[in-house]
Amino acid sequence: MSVPTTPGPRVVGPVTRTDFVRYQGASGDLNPIHHDEEFARAAGFPTPFSVGMWQAGLLGTFATDWLGAANVRSFRIRFLEQVWPGDELTCVGEVVREYAADGEPRVDVELKCLRQNGNAAVVAWSTFVVPEEENHDGV
Amino acid sequence: MANPDAVGTEGAPFRMSVERGKIREFVRATGTTDLSEVDSQDRPFAPPTFLTTTFFWQPEAANPWHTVELDQQRGLHAEQEYTFFGPPPRAGDELTCRSRIGEIYTKRGKRGGELTFAVMYTDFHDATGRLVARARMTGVETARPPAEGS
Repeated sequence: MSVPTTPGPRVVGPVTRTDFVRYQGASGDLNPIHHDEEFARAAGFPTPFSVGMWQAGLLGTFATDWLGAANVRSFRIRFLEQVWPGDELTCVGEVVREYAADGEPRVDVELKCLRQNGNAAVVAWSTFVVPEEENHDGV
Repeated sequence: MANPDAVGTEGAPFRMSVERGKIREFVRATGTTDLSEVDSQDRPFAPPTFLTTTFFWQPEAANPWHTVELDQQRGLHAEQEYTFFGPPPRAGDELTCRSRIGEIYTKRGKRGGELTFAVMYTDFHDATGRLVARARMTGVETARPPAEGS
């Protein structure tokens, strides 16, 4: 078994209200606090802020580009900090553990979506199956 | 404060169609710039967080979350987890989804004050009746409004 090489950091942003709105349309979460200035201010926030699940989705894409969309078996997200318009985000990942379960090779990875201040907005812990290499001649 | 009697409350089951166009829209909205991979597939796999799109399918009666009675002014999404019992759903799959309230518990916060957590599970069965995925959502009610807390 061989886990594909860990990708380098992926930078997203500076993020915009349009990014938030595109995600809200795609996900169906239309909470106005993420796009309506007046609503956000009335709730005590300086501007709308991102949907936490958007950053989680960025980590999902980072992970499936790395390990394959068919191979995910779990994805656990913890929301830590809000993301604001103008933030620059950096997605990073690392392998935590390689092992076998249910007769399949697996890998646990930790993924972080960092803000420009170095704090994690979202952390995710995910398990993927590691497929046998397709061009491998052995068993 | 949350309502402890909510534990075990179930929503009505509802159907969700996993659609190729929705997957394409979702991967584009979550940082995929090259759509050639998804466009080359008749039945692309749903991304890890795609099941959040139950927002589009869930009738109000199917969502028991309101029974927890967390204060929305002090409510935050703390954690979200998806577990897949095999490959994740893919375009063309017809899922039956059902939510239920799991555990409700309290913890002492780092800045003092009590935090109330509540968990909701959603199970996803495919057309053959097999459990293919489970979502676990954890909400928290903070001691103060989030705007003051951060």
